[in-house]
Amino acid sequence: MSPDTPRSPLLTVENLVKRFGGFRALDGLSFDLKSGEILGLVGPNGSGKTTCINVVSGLYAPDGGRVWLEDRSIGGLASHRLVHLGINRTFQVPKPFQTLTVRENVEVANTYGRNPEGWVDVDDLLASLDLKPLAERRAGELNSAQQKMLDLARALATGPRLLLIDELAAGLNPAELGRVAERLKELARNGIALLVVEHLMGFIDQITDRVIVMNAGKEIFEGIMAAAVYDKRVVEVFLGNGDAS
Amino acid sequence: MLRHTLCILLPVVVVLAVAPVVYRNHLLLFNFIVFMTLAQGVNIIYGFTGYLPFGYVGFFGAGAYGFSLVVMHLHASPFLALAAGGLAAVLLGLLLTPLFRLSGAYFSIANLAAALAVLQVVSNPALEHITKGPYGVSLSGVFDPDLAYAAALAILAATLLLVIYLKNSRFGMALQAIREDAISAAMAGINVVRERVIAWLLSALIAGLVGGVFAWYISVFYPETVFSGEVSIFAIVFALFGGTATIVGPLLGVVILYGIYNAIGISTPQYFQLIYGLLIMGLVLFLPTGLVSLLRRWGIDVP
Repeated sequence: MSPDTPRSPLLTVENLVKRFGGFRALDGLSFDLKSGEILGLVGPNGSGKTTCINVVSGLYAPDGGRVWLEDRSIGGLASHRLVHLGINRTFQVPKPFQTLTVRENVEVANTYGRNPEGWVDVDDLLASLDLKPLAERRAGELNSAQQKMLDLARALATGPRLLLIDELAAGLNPAELGRVAERLKELARNGIALLVVEHLMGFIDQITDRVIVMNAGKEIFEGIMAAAVYDKRVVEVFLGNGDAS
Repeated sequence: MLRHTLCILLPVVVVLAVAPVVYRNHLLLFNFIVFMTLAQGVNIIYGFTGYLPFGYVGFFGAGAYGFSLVVMHLHASPFLALAAGGLAAVLLGLLLTPLFRLSGAYFSIANLAAALAVLQVVSNPALEHITKGPYGVSLSGVFDPDLAYAAALAILAATLLLVIYLKNSRFGMALQAIREDAISAAMAGINVVRERVIAWLLSALIAGLVGGVFAWYISVFYPETVFSGEVSIFAIVFALFGGTATIVGPLLGVVILYGIYNAIGISTPQYFQLIYGLLIMGLVLFLPTGLVSLLRRWGIDVP
């Protein structure tokens, strides 16, 4: 899809609330995301970024607000149903199927993911993420960077339209970072919407079209990354309000 | 799949089919079949999905009583009664599906409690007119050890075929994915709840059929016989000793451990308990994934 075409949002999050006991991890968060767009979600630890991904991917049911995929309300649907609707995610700490081989890890998702374009070529997918030489190794034998790529391969095998990326870049070396950034941008060019949670600001700046800065479960800024660093509230959240200037 | 059927299932079934001709202890051979099947049933629910069923005997007992009730009250043929035994276990399995809200030891203990509860129900003297209560069941009208032996062998063959299928199919791979990480499995598109329940009910069905055929074979038994905790423990230890999530492991476990049990366990129980204890301790310490993992370490590829 061309970036100039007007598009309605693929994902719409409206006034989302998630509570853990008395703690409001998400406190009225709203945003939307179009196909082919990369939206960054940044903020200090505990600001609700991963909780947002967990709610959108069905791990937690929301306590308030709505989540829409195009015109379908999807809040509270089970994760596997969301996968079948075209939503997938990666995990901050990847959890591959350790005793299965790398190939089997992807084949499971290929079989059960209901990719609308049919089964992917597992060899091609593994090759695109530098995993081809490891295909017959057990997933538990991979290092953490390789496990992150396998986690991404598992998600891509299901043919997602919306991909939620939770701290994929942490722990990667600069060369790997560059390749991952290029890969994510290529996915967006192919029409996949990406919601990226990340602490590495350079990486976020490199790949995102816009960012939402969160604090205490709320949005405090929305716009391009370059503008965020001049926003007073963003600076206060990240650096404290004393000597920020 | 065909290779595993020809190399594992066929030899096991042929040996056990021919064995009664050359070996006179028919009951012992029958018990080997019973435990091989039960160990594979444990293999399906524990090896492939990671839930350890301490109360597995509940399905065995439900199967035995399902068989007996249909024979006693409806005078049905043993084969129809076997189906009733399997159905009774599946119904019990369905009733226990809420246990999947628990995990790890909590699931195992709740499952054990459930099996004890079923025992209390069937052995209740107030239900004597239905279950014969604590006084036990006599099914002398259908007593036919040769036919029951053949039926048991057929159940073992079907069970082995199922395990071979799980080992070679995407469904088996999905179950193993659930065992490794249920959340990642859901994000691979697997309906975790449904697939886990299917594995659980298959495992229950197997134990129910074995319980039914056991009732048919021995024909006279007390509730404690078919709800004995020893049945669960044996089936679990045999499966773990050989190696779960494999086809051969549980069979090896039964041949070795049940073999030792029969060689010395009955004549000199004190030595048996010592050797058993040492073997199990050694297993837990050095081979937590079973004998098959030792063979694999030596470069022998065991399915």
